[in-house]
Amino acid sequence: MNWISNFVRPKIRALVKKAEVPDNLWHKCPACTQMIFHRELEASLKVCPHCGHHMRVRARQRLQLLFDEGKYTTVELPETQIDPLRFRDRKRYADRLREATATTAEKEAILVAHGRMDGEATVIAAFDFAFMGGSMGLAVGDGLLAAARLAVMQEAPLIVVPSSGGARMQEGILSLMQMPRTVIAVEQVKEAGLPFFVLLTDPTTGGVSASFAMLGDIAIAEPGAVIGFAGQRVIEETIRETLPEGFQRAEYLLEHGMVDMVVHRRDLRETIINLFRLLRDKRPPAAVVQLPQTGTGSKHGDSTGGTSADGTV
Amino acid sequence: MHNFLDFEKPIAELEGKIEELRHLSDDGEINIAEEVAKLQTKADRLLRQSYARLTAWQKTQVARHPDRPRFSDYVADLVEDFAPLAGDRLFAEDRAIIGGIGRFRGFSAVIMGQEKGADTTGRVKHNFGMARPEGYRKAQRLMRLAERFNLPVICLVDTSGAYPGVGAEERGQAEAIARCIEISLGLRVPMISVVIGEGGSGGAIAIATANRVLMLEHSIYSVIPPEGCSSILWRNGEHAQDAAEALKLTAQDLYKLDVIDEIVPEPLGGAQRGRREAIDAVGDAIERHLFELCRHDGAVLRQKRRDKFLQMGTKGLS
Ligand SMILES: [Zn+2]
Repeated sequence: MNWISNFVRPKIRALVKKAEVPDNLWHKCPACTQMIFHRELEASLKVCPHCGHHMRVRARQRLQLLFDEGKYTTVELPETQIDPLRFRDRKRYADRLREATATTAEKEAILVAHGRMDGEATVIAAFDFAFMGGSMGLAVGDGLLAAARLAVMQEAPLIVVPSSGGARMQEGILSLMQMPRTVIAVEQVKEAGLPFFVLLTDPTTGGVSASFAMLGDIAIAEPGAVIGFAGQRVIEETIRETLPEGFQRAEYLLEHGMVDMVVHRRDLRETIINLFRLLRDKRPPAAVVQLPQTGTGSKHGDSTGGTSADGTV
Repeated sequence: MHNFLDFEKPIAELEGKIEELRHLSDDGEINIAEEVAKLQTKADRLLRQSYARLTAWQKTQVARHPDRPRFSDYVADLVEDFAPLAGDRLFAEDRAIIGGIGRFRGFSAVIMGQEKGADTTGRVKHNFGMARPEGYRKAQRLMRLAERFNLPVICLVDTSGAYPGVGAEERGQAEAIARCIEISLGLRVPMISVVIGEGGSGGAIAIATANRVLMLEHSIYSVIPPEGCSSILWRNGEHAQDAAEALKLTAQDLYKLDVIDEIVPEPLGGAQRGRREAIDAVGDAIERHLFELCRHDGAVLRQKRRDKFLQMGTKGLS
């Protein structure tokens, strides 16, 4: 870190505190507790400029970060049963849904969109953690199935970006049934010969991790993301031990062979585009190919090296 | 002598009285037989009444009853020439899931399931039926074996869930379960799963993505144990009963939701009181479904399995 972040920023922070500037202009990094000015946070794609902590981003911002020029079209999700069990805990599930819709301005915990990456049609399904912890119920399962259908129809790769605590228990067994249903979605994309990428973001746990999220052709994780099956509290209660440093973090999974790579948010788009190109453009470009001369009946390998004699390619 | 559950206290008291009277009859003073018969009728009626209207929480207790028949009991009674097959060929042998090839009512089949263990030693050996990734990878291996030799797959589900431990996470518990589901969905042979006790979340569905999913009458199948649901949604562990009710985890509710295909009836007072009867009823049901499924060729079985899960969720409880 440089002089500005070590000296000037704390000074500014002190000044700001005295002046009582509205809180929402400054964000506190949950990892290093340093204050970050909101414009700076947006410019850094919600990655802490001090410690590199990747904060959660909403589904719409995620789509904007990945698609060409940040442009995309969301897909209207299929109608599903709402509150199939008429579930009630301390609150009615129906009320929780209404509140989530009001606070997030989204209909569900997933957004499915199509657009272009590197100029090529691409489908992305992004979870919105702000909507009931990104939990997976019928609507999310159907959303992923719709995303798969769209990808197959457009012969486009599918990227899914989970950010979810797991199954939505207010939908009981029907949320568990989204595990096989989303695996079917993945299979449909794979059977069509199309790439299925997962971008594992914080958190990817429970029934979400134990289904489509672990079946990517390529699995990319964001730094520091919690990825795993069982919740850390459940594990601690079961084994009665404290968990190792960095347990269930993206880097830990990389170390244990569970993801292909951990990629900084600013490099995600380029990384994915490079992989897409490698899977798409499988042969040398025409400009460098030396075609065998036609009609001479010469055996393979007979054509002289260097540039072809008549200048054709 | 039974292990009585809390709600069975009145029945336990009656049976205790009957037991006392039987000892008295040795004196030969009064005609005890008549009195015993009367009390026995009363006890049976009480048993029938309480088991006819078990709450979701009571069913949870019955489903976890230590005297209920377990995987090994079913195999012993229903499967001939069982050859257990060990190991995932990657890391270890996980005895929480037992599997192998055997002959079920004439059919060569791959048979597997969670084993909770009969006593303390057994429970430790089988890790209380909570499998680690190795268990699910062994299950995958056995499913592939079934596919290769065109054998049906029969799974008996009885687990509180996949094991939550550091090693299990490090070795990819989530991936192991996901892959199990994926392989199940791809199978071109008949697959039948029966929940015989507890169907605990991801650990259960890993071997229950089947053409036919059956449940014993008093078994449960849930996305989360009621205790866990209580501590998350009610923020304390004291609402497990409410959670059990809200989760709709009984065979009866799941049948209404079209998540399962059949409820296998249990003998009076639950499978723990009539082990042989329960095991035979499960055997009969599996045999019937197996005959039906064997009529289809592999591609159809695979497609029908997918369609079944794709259609799930269109039906509510009302
Ligand atoms: Zn920070």
